[in-house]
Amino acid sequence: MKEMPPLRLNLALCLLVLALAGLSMMVGRGGILLTDAFREAYAADPEIFSLILYEIRLPRALLGLMVGATLGLAGAALQGLLQNPLAEPGIVGASSGAALGAVTVFYFALGGGGLLGLPLGGVLGAGLALGVLYGLAGRNPSLTTLILAGVAISAFAGALTSLALSLAPSPYAALEIVFWMLGSLSDRSMEHVLFAAPFMGAGAILIVSTARALEAYGLGEDTATSLGFNAGSVKARVILGTALGVGAAVAVTGVVGFIGLVVPHVMRPLVGHSPARLLLPSALGGAALVLAADIAVRLPTGGMELKLGVITALLGAPFFLYLVLKARREAVW
Amino acid sequence: MVSALQIENLEAELNGRSVLRGLSLTLEKGEVLGLIGPNGAGKTTLVRAAAGLIPHQGRVILQGKPVEEMPRRERAKRMSYLAQGAGSRWPMTARRVVALGRLPHLAPFERPDAAEEAAITRAMEKADVMMFADRPVTRLSGGERARVMLARALAVEAPILLVDEPTASLDPYHQLQIMDVLAGLASEGKSVIAVLHDLTLAARFCTRLALLDEGRLAAIGAPDEVLTDAHLAKVYRVSAERFLSPAGNLPVPWERKS
Repeated sequence: MKEMPPLRLNLALCLLVLALAGLSMMVGRGGILLTDAFREAYAADPEIFSLILYEIRLPRALLGLMVGATLGLAGAALQGLLQNPLAEPGIVGASSGAALGAVTVFYFALGGGGLLGLPLGGVLGAGLALGVLYGLAGRNPSLTTLILAGVAISAFAGALTSLALSLAPSPYAALEIVFWMLGSLSDRSMEHVLFAAPFMGAGAILIVSTARALEAYGLGEDTATSLGFNAGSVKARVILGTALGVGAAVAVTGVVGFIGLVVPHVMRPLVGHSPARLLLPSALGGAALVLAADIAVRLPTGGMELKLGVITALLGAPFFLYLVLKARREAVW
Repeated sequence: MVSALQIENLEAELNGRSVLRGLSLTLEKGEVLGLIGPNGAGKTTLVRAAAGLIPHQGRVILQGKPVEEMPRRERAKRMSYLAQGAGSRWPMTARRVVALGRLPHLAPFERPDAAEEAAITRAMEKADVMMFADRPVTRLSGGERARVMLARALAVEAPILLVDEPTASLDPYHQLQIMDVLAGLASEGKSVIAVLHDLTLAARFCTRLALLDEGRLAAIGAPDEVLTDAHLAKVYRVSAERFLSPAGNLPVPWERKS
C-alpha cells in the first residue's frame, strides 16, 4: 500500500471509528439490529430504552474505543523503541503481567479491593513485566531474544495467576476470573470507563511525548542519543506509558491480544514507515479494530456470546506467525 | 583560538575491561583528524565517549565548554556522530532519514520550515544522494546507504563531525567519494574526527593522524610523522613497503612481524 497524506489518513480513520462506535451502540446481543427494533423499543418504554443505551451500550462502545486505541498506540511505541515490528504488549508479556497484577489485587483485596485497586494492580503488573523484559532483552533485542523473553515472562505470570486462582476462596469466582481473562467488553459500566480513562490518558500523553525520539530510534539508540535525546528518559516514558495504558485496559477488559501487533503493521506503509507518524493512526486503527471485533462477537452464534479476546487471538495469532515467517525470509533479524 | 574539541585524560571501561587509559588529544578547527590503530585499540570507544554515548572519566571540552555542562540538544547541534555501519531499521525514504539530522534544531512542537528543507537538500547534495531521495534506504546498496547515512550526519550542520569507519566495506570509488566529502568539510572550517582502518586513505586525506594503542595515544601528528616504520612495527606488528605518490611516500602494510 502507498503512503497517504497524514491528515487524510487520520480523518478517514476517525470517521471509521465514529461509524463503528455508532454501530456498536445499535447492535444488541444476538446481532439484533437497530432501526425498527430501536423505534419500537423507544415507543414501548423511553426510560428503559435510554437506560440500555447510556448504561450498557455507551460504556461498551467507549471502552472498546479506549482499549483499542491504548493497545494500538502501545504496540506502535514498543515497536519503535525496540526497533522490532514484532513487539506488542501481549507478546512481550505486559498483558499477562497486568492480568496477574489485577487478579492479585482482586483476590487478596489489596488496596481495599476497590474499583481503583484493579487498574493499579494492572499497571504495576504490566510495569513489572516490561521492566523484566528490558532487563532480559536489553536494548535493540533480536527477534529471538524478544520473543523468548516475552514467552518466559508470560509463562511465569500465567503460572502465578493460576496459583492465585487455585487459592481463590470460591470456585465460582475462579471461573468468573477465567472468563474475564479471555477478554470481553460485555457487562461493563460507566464506572469502568471512568476509572480506566485517567490511566490510559496519562499513558498516551507519556507515549506521544516520545514521538520524535522514536523517529530517531529507527537509526539505533546511539544515533538517537547523539541527536540530543535522553535514552533513559525515552525508555522510561514508553515503558511507563505502556504500563499505565495496558495495565488499565487489562484490568477492565481482560486480555485482548494482538491489536498492538496487527494494527501498526497495517498502518506502517500508509505513513511511510515513520515511527512518529505511526502513533496516531495506530491508536485510531486499534480503536476501529476492537470496536469491529466487539460487534462481531455479538452476531448470532447460536449459543453464548464469543469472547472478544478469542476473536482477536484467532485473527492475530496466524498474523503473528505470518510476520515471523516474513521476518525470517527477509533475514533482517 | 579555542580548539574545536579537547579531550583530556579520558578513561572508559567496556564490560569491566579498561579500554581508554588516560587519553588526551585536541581537534583543531578546519582539520580532519584520523584515528588509527589496531582492532581493540579504543578508537570506537574514544569516539563514543566523546559523543557522550558511554560513561567515561576525564573531560570533553566542546568549543571551550565542557560537554557535561551542556544541554543535550546544544551538544547535538555542535557535534554530529555517524555510527559504524549505520543504517535505518525501517524502510523510510532517504530524504526522511536525512531529515532526522535536523531534529536537534527543532523545538518540541515546531514543524520543519523551508530553511530546514534547504538544510536537508544541502546535506543530500554534498553526499551526492539526491537521486535516492524517494527510495527506501533499506533497498539501497551498501555504498548508497553509507552516503545517505553520511548525509544524515551532515544535515545536523554541526561544526564538529565524529565518524566511525565511514569507508568500511565500500569499494575504492565510494571510499574516495566519502573522504572527499570529509576533506571538503574541513576546508569549510569544520572539524572532523574519522576512525579509519585504511592507512593509505588516512595518509592521503587526513590533516593529522592519532595512532592509538591499547587505550593510549602512541603518536599524533602529520601522517608521515605517525606512519613511521617504527610505529607500524610496534603498534600494528607489520612492516610496510613505501610507494611514491603525489602525496608523498605512502605506506602499504606488507608483512606480519612475529
